[in-house]
Amino acid sequence: MSVAEPLTKPVLAVGGRFLLSEIGMQLRRRRNQLILAVLAAVPVIIGIAVKLTTHDGAGATGGLIGNITNNGIFVAFTALIVVIPIFLPMAVAVVAGETVAGEASLGTLRYLLAVPVGRTRLLLTKFAAMGFWCLLITSVVALAGVIIGVILFPSAHVTLLSGTQATLLGGVGRLVGMVLYAALMMLAVAAIGLFISTLTEVPIAAMAATLTVAIVMQVLVAVPQLHAIHPWLISDHLLNLADLLRDPLRVSGLRDGALLAVGYVVVFGSLAWARFTTKDVTS
Amino acid sequence: MPTSRASAEPPLAISTDVLTKKFSGGQIAVNQVSLRVPVGSVFGFLGPNGSGKTTTIRMLLGLVFATSGDIAVLGEPIPGRGGAALSAVGALVEGPAFHPYLSGQANLRRLDAADLTSSARDSRARVATALERVGLTAAAGKRYRNYSLGMRQRLGIAAALLRPRRLLILDEPTNGLDPQGTREVRHLVAELAADGTTVFVSSHLLSEVEHMCSHVGVMRTGSMVWQGSMRDLGSQQRVRVTVESLDSPLAKSVLADLGLSEITESDGQASAVLGDRPPEQVVAALVAAGVGVRGFSVAKPKLEDIFVQLTGEGFDVSG
Repeated sequence: MSVAEPLTKPVLAVGGRFLLSEIGMQLRRRRNQLILAVLAAVPVIIGIAVKLTTHDGAGATGGLIGNITNNGIFVAFTALIVVIPIFLPMAVAVVAGETVAGEASLGTLRYLLAVPVGRTRLLLTKFAAMGFWCLLITSVVALAGVIIGVILFPSAHVTLLSGTQATLLGGVGRLVGMVLYAALMMLAVAAIGLFISTLTEVPIAAMAATLTVAIVMQVLVAVPQLHAIHPWLISDHLLNLADLLRDPLRVSGLRDGALLAVGYVVVFGSLAWARFTTKDVTS
Repeated sequence: MPTSRASAEPPLAISTDVLTKKFSGGQIAVNQVSLRVPVGSVFGFLGPNGSGKTTTIRMLLGLVFATSGDIAVLGEPIPGRGGAALSAVGALVEGPAFHPYLSGQANLRRLDAADLTSSARDSRARVATALERVGLTAAAGKRYRNYSLGMRQRLGIAAALLRPRRLLILDEPTNGLDPQGTREVRHLVAELAADGTTVFVSSHLLSEVEHMCSHVGVMRTGSMVWQGSMRDLGSQQRVRVTVESLDSPLAKSVLADLGLSEITESDGQASAVLGDRPPEQVVAALVAAGVGVRGFSVAKPKLEDIFVQLTGEGFDVSG
C-alpha cells in the first residue's frame, strides 16, 4: 500500500459503515443465530444438571462442578471451559470459512471489489467482523452462564480453585478475563479460517478445512510423544484460561497463549493478505 | 497523463495498451488488446462467447490482473491506489450477484455502506432512488432469492446506478429481461448517455447494440479485430444495391459495365456491391440502358452481417 497524497479520503480509512454492515449480516444470519442459541444452551444445561443432581447440603464436593453449588458464577466458568476445545472453534470455523469464499461463491465478491473496496480493506473488515464474532460467542456463553447461575444458585463470594475467596466483583472481573482470553484464542482460529477462505470459492470446503485444522491440533495435543511441538499449537493453550480461577493469578500460561494467538493472527493474516491481494477474482 | 497524445485523440474513458492476459493454464484469454473508448460514447463491446470480453472487463475493474499491458480508466491506472477511479464507475459483470437472504434494498444498502466515498446520511435516499429508477420499488423489501431473473437483473443495474457515475460498464445488461425491460434498459442507457455518462456495454443482441451504440469494438479469440465509430463501420462495409426487373440479365450486364463487384443475378433480381459510386448513378445507367426497373433498393449490411464477417463464425464458441 503506497501512501500517496490523499486523494479523497485517507488511504487507510477502514470505513465503520462497512464493518457495521458486516456485523449486521452476521447477526441476521439464521445459522449464526442458531449457533448462538446452542452455545447459550450449554451453561443452561450444565446449571440445570448440577441443580438436579445435588441435594441441598450435600454440595461443596470441591472441583469446578462442586463449586457451582456454592456460587452461581461458576456455571459461566465451567461452561467456558467446556465449550473452548471444540464448540467455540467450530462456531469460528463455520463463520470464518465463509468470509471470503462465501462472497466468492455468491459472486458478490466481484461487486464489492468493484465498489471499490480495496482488497486489504476488505480483508481487514472481514477480520474485524470475525473479532466481533469471537467476542460475541464467548460473551454469550459467559452471560448465559451468569444468568442461569444467579437464578439457580447463591451468588455471594466466589471460592476460587485455590480455595481462597474472592468478592463477587472480583469473580466477574475474572470472568471478563476468561472471555477476553477465549476470544483471543478464537481469533487465532479465525485467522486460519480467513486464510483458508481466500484459497477457495467453496465456503463449505473452507469451513471444513478450518475445523479440521482445529481438530487436528486437539489430536496432536493428546499425543504425549509430540510434546516438542505442543507449545506451538493453539489447542495446547486453550485450557490455560482456567488459570484465571487461581489465586494468586498465574499469568505465565495466559501470557504464552496470548502471544501464540497473536503470532497465529500475524502469520495467517499475512498469508491471507499475500494470497488475496494477488489473486484473480474470476468467480 | 499522456498529454501529448490527448491533443490528437479525444479524451478516453477507457484505454488499454497491448493488454494481455495469460491464465495459469497457458491459455491466452486476451491478446494485446488496445481499447479506445472515447468519453461520452456508448461503446458496444462485441464478440462470440469465449472471445475474451469478460476477462477484459474483469481487468478493467481490477478483478483480474493483467499479464502485461496497461489500463487507464477515467485517466487513472488500474489497478492502483485502491482503484480510486472505480468509485465513478458503475458495473454489471457477468450477471447480478447478491446475498440471497437479504432484501434487494438491504443488498444495495450494503454496497453503499462499503463505499468509502459515499456519505451515510443520504444512503437511504440513494438506495430508494436507484430502486425506483429500475422499477423495483414495490419489491424493495423482498428477499433477493425470491426475485425473478428479470428482477435480479434490474437490481444489478440499480447497484450500478447507486451513485452518479462517469462510466458504466454493463456486461449483457438486457439478459433475462422481458421485451418491456429490454426497452427500459435501452431508454436508460440513452438517458445516461445524454447526460454525458460513458457507457461500455457488451451484448449478444446485435440489434440492441445497433440501436444504442455510437462506437463498437469486436473481439475474436482474444484479439480486437475492429473498433471505431458505428459510422466508420457502416461506411467501411459493402453496401449492396438490388434491382428488380423482368429483364434481370440485362440489368446484370449494366451493373457489370459500371464496374460493380460481386454481381449476382436470379429470377427477376440483380444485385451487386455498390462501392463508392452513388446509387443514383446506377439507376440512371439502368434507365439509359432501357432496363425496366420495377424496384431498386440500397441495403446497408446489418451489424449482424458485419459481425459475422469480422469474427468469421457468428455466435459459435471460439476455440
